Amino acid sequence: MTDEKKISCRNVWKLYGDDPAGFLASHNNKPTTQAIRDGNYIPAVRDATIDVHTGEILVIMGLSGSGKSTLVRCMSKLIDPTGGEIDFDGTDLLRASKEELIEIRRHKMGMVFQNFALLPHRNVIQNIAFPLEVQGINKEEREAKAREIIELVGLEGRDKYFPRELSGGQQQRVGLARSLAAEPDVWFLDEPFSALDPLIRKEMQNEFLRLQNMLHKTIVFITHDFDEAIRLADRIAIMFEGEIVQVGTAEELITNPATDYVAEFTRDIPRAKLLSVASLMQPTKKKKAGKLSVKASDRIASVASAVLMQPDDVTVLDDAGKICGELSRDQVAAILFDTETTSAGA
Amino acid sequence: MAGPVPATEQMPSRLNMMAPMIPFALLWLFKPLLPSWAIVPPKSCLGGCGTIEGLIPFVDWVNAGIQFLRSYEIFGLFTFRDITRSIARGIDVPLDFTEALLYKGFGAVGPMPWVMIVGLMIVFGLYLRGWRLALLGGGTFFYLSLFSLRGIWELSMKTLSAIAVSVPLAAIIGLLIGIAAAKRQRIAMVVAPMLNILQSLPHFSYLIIVAIFFGVGAKAGVIATVIFAFPPMTRLTMLGLREISSEVREAGIMAGCTRWQMLYKVEIPSARSALMLGVNQVIMQCLAMVVIASFIGQPGLGHDLLTRLQNLRLGQAFEIGVAVVLIAVTLDRFSQALVEKEPERIKDGPLWVRHPYLCAIALIIVGSIGLASLTEAAVQLPKEYTVSISSYLDAMIKFITTSLFTPLGILRDFLLVYVFMPTKATFQSMPWVAVMALIGCVGWKLGRWKLALTVMAFVFFIAASGYWVRAVITLYMVFVALCICAAIGIPLGIWAAKKDRRTKFVLGLCDTFQTFPSFIYLLPAVMLFQISDVSAIFAIVVYATIPITRYTIFGLRNVPSQIVEAALTSGCTERQMLWKVRMPMAFPEMLLGLNQTLMFALFMVMIAGFIGTVDLSQEIFRALSFNDGGKGLVIGLCVSLIGLTADRLLVEWSNQQKKRLGFAN
Repeated sequence: MTDEKKISCRNVWKLYGDDPAGFLASHNNKPTTQAIRDGNYIPAVRDATIDVHTGEILVIMGLSGSGKSTLVRCMSKLIDPTGGEIDFDGTDLLRASKEELIEIRRHKMGMVFQNFALLPHRNVIQNIAFPLEVQGINKEEREAKAREIIELVGLEGRDKYFPRELSGGQQQRVGLARSLAAEPDVWFLDEPFSALDPLIRKEMQNEFLRLQNMLHKTIVFITHDFDEAIRLADRIAIMFEGEIVQVGTAEELITNPATDYVAEFTRDIPRAKLLSVASLMQPTKKKKAGKLSVKASDRIASVASAVLMQPDDVTVLDDAGKICGELSRDQVAAILFDTETTSAGA
Repeated sequence: MAGPVPATEQMPSRLNMMAPMIPFALLWLFKPLLPSWAIVPPKSCLGGCGTIEGLIPFVDWVNAGIQFLRSYEIFGLFTFRDITRSIARGIDVPLDFTEALLYKGFGAVGPMPWVMIVGLMIVFGLYLRGWRLALLGGGTFFYLSLFSLRGIWELSMKTLSAIAVSVPLAAIIGLLIGIAAAKRQRIAMVVAPMLNILQSLPHFSYLIIVAIFFGVGAKAGVIATVIFAFPPMTRLTMLGLREISSEVREAGIMAGCTRWQMLYKVEIPSARSALMLGVNQVIMQCLAMVVIASFIGQPGLGHDLLTRLQNLRLGQAFEIGVAVVLIAVTLDRFSQALVEKEPERIKDGPLWVRHPYLCAIALIIVGSIGLASLTEAAVQLPKEYTVSISSYLDAMIKFITTSLFTPLGILRDFLLVYVFMPTKATFQSMPWVAVMALIGCVGWKLGRWKLALTVMAFVFFIAASGYWVRAVITLYMVFVALCICAAIGIPLGIWAAKKDRRTKFVLGLCDTFQTFPSFIYLLPAVMLFQISDVSAIFAIVVYATIPITRYTIFGLRNVPSQIVEAALTSGCTERQMLWKVRMPMAFPEMLLGLNQTLMFALFMVMIAGFIGTVDLSQEIFRALSFNDGGKGLVIGLCVSLIGLTADRLLVEWSNQQKKRLGFAN
């Protein structure tokens, strides 16, 4: 992951209603909630500013109706934003011509859909080869390429099956394969695993991480499931009523929620697995390490049992092995058992 | 209708329901006080007295339009009729081919031998569904071949050759219009009402116009058939394209499809089931036109059925009728199987494993050509092997009618004197302004001004056209038929909906009966009741009971199972379940069924005119024989508007009821 920006959204708006562009312009591109309500507009995305860095997994999460799907569709220009700017890998998406957009989609973007969106009349290999077929690549070449990807997603031997003959998980593997066929740089996934059973979902999440370890795409992943977000994300953006309320790592969201809404959202998450020792430790005057010392970068869950067996607080060492703080047993216990003191402590 | 239902309609009290009747009842009651123009629509002297029959000379206008198109020369070079006539000549090209293929032969090379057709139908049947369909297909054509003493084989081939040209033509035209309408909202706004009118217009009403512009014979038959058959294709294309999930469309865009690629690689294949259903509908509509198109000289089964029916040669007519029904059922089942056919995995192996059916087809073609070169019997079954049972049928029909003559005669006369005549008299005594008031009030109650004005405009057109008196007779027949249909269909539906097996049986029966071309229903009607209002209404009832039965079953069975379970745990008896739970929930569907029944009845009334009733249909037949295109079209529009008025009101009512029950629309 680098800090290079692959996609950059600036003040993106999507309003539904009569002449939304005119309305937005007349309010100086910053209409208030009241003005939007008075004008009978429905705000799907409000003033969204966010960057997607090359090689990262950015998870956009929120409940249904929060605008997360709309935002990702603005990024791929499936929906025309009402206002704002979107820079996609150096191209101004809002001003791109139809032909340019087709070129970008053919080579730089891939997308996976919640309900798979496979073409029912095509078998697995034809579905996967579809983006290549559309580009005009000849049959032999595109099917060879599709076969490679079939192996990559673990669907060997199913290449002549039709979608209706596959399970949900298998269908989504085809969806993943299809979106990868044209070797895009950017991968959009719109709640790809929400329609699957919990066990299959877990399996597919692992599969997804495995693929990403090999491919290093730039990923925008939509979900309404915070557990999924934590498992997959480098960074998480939380959306509420069309607005991006906070962007950060899972740990940042938990230790430092920007609003009550984010706090509410993250409340039931098992903190011990997410929080690092660094986020809980207190400054110390001790110069000598105690019986047990833990690393600042360790997760609480991985050191908890050892810490709780100790009679005293433990010292915390940084990466260089120097003492940088101490960790109290009470705090670890509070995190583990999720009592109220934690939010005060954090 | 957007917006919430007004609070008063949440709880329909009986008084509220009756309110729209009040002006109607008052006007009828005080009829003696009304001026004469308010009772029967007056004639006017617009465009010269004596020439027109109504207030506004619609007929003259249409005829003037036709005359203009006939004689006006575009750029002084050619007339509109020249264009249409050359289109007709264009249709002769594929028609010549199918005729040659099926019964004329290509000079030295003969037509397809019957063994080839039977063999191919068996293979198609096996491919599409299995041996039962194969048996139906092969059996039908074997029957046609066997019962060919009176030339049924050749007549069937004539009919099929016209269908073979009409179906693709109607399907393609329907598809293209459907795509255009699905893509462009503005086109849809023009197309939708045109489809409504085209589908409710009786076929006879535009036959004359087709004859004027396209001539007569097989090609004119094809054109009339195409005009009649393309609307369902357009509708289903629009529906199919609209119902593609937005994700599938987005997947196409994200793959980088151009607009053209999107259409033929994503949208059309994704809408395949709807489109195939459209083709199925087109085929059935084409078959329905087989008899009707014979009025403008289409040769084939329809023509012979018609003449034999007119000459009361019922046995022969029956034999041809069976052929028509068999062809209809076969084509229907085959095209339905095509709708449900899913693409299949191709197995690995040699050619005959990968493509077994293609190989079988090739084998049959080669084999039957070989057989045909050896023996003439493979080309056409020799006369000595063919049969006709029409003389036995005639004897049987004679026996039935003579033995049933007295009881049926008594029944007929009783119905005529005590039911039909009084109803007719009642209808005829209603002043037209009272009817206008009733329709207007109901429209206002259901949909305020917009709906009220629309339906009143429809009724006014009928009144002003000069065919009010005839229209009232049509209305009376449809009304009587509707009451009988409901009295049969609703209890039948209730009975059938109780058990799965009954439902399956009755729905199967409905399917089969609906496949029969409508003219077939005249056969038993004439056999049993001779020619009278009773036979017309009998034919209507047999045909139009289908939809109300079907919708009743559908409505009763589609009550959400949770609601049924809730009622059961509340301790409902079976009777309470029916009357307190299922029936109220099914009511909106039953209204739609009633609407469909009315459409079927109107359609059949027109055909029943052929056996002599004195309503609008008879006027159309008169126009047909006097070659009066304008009159035919205007009367057709009157019929169409009766249908559309009822359709608007009933569908709106049903929608409001659905909304009240909280069904998503």
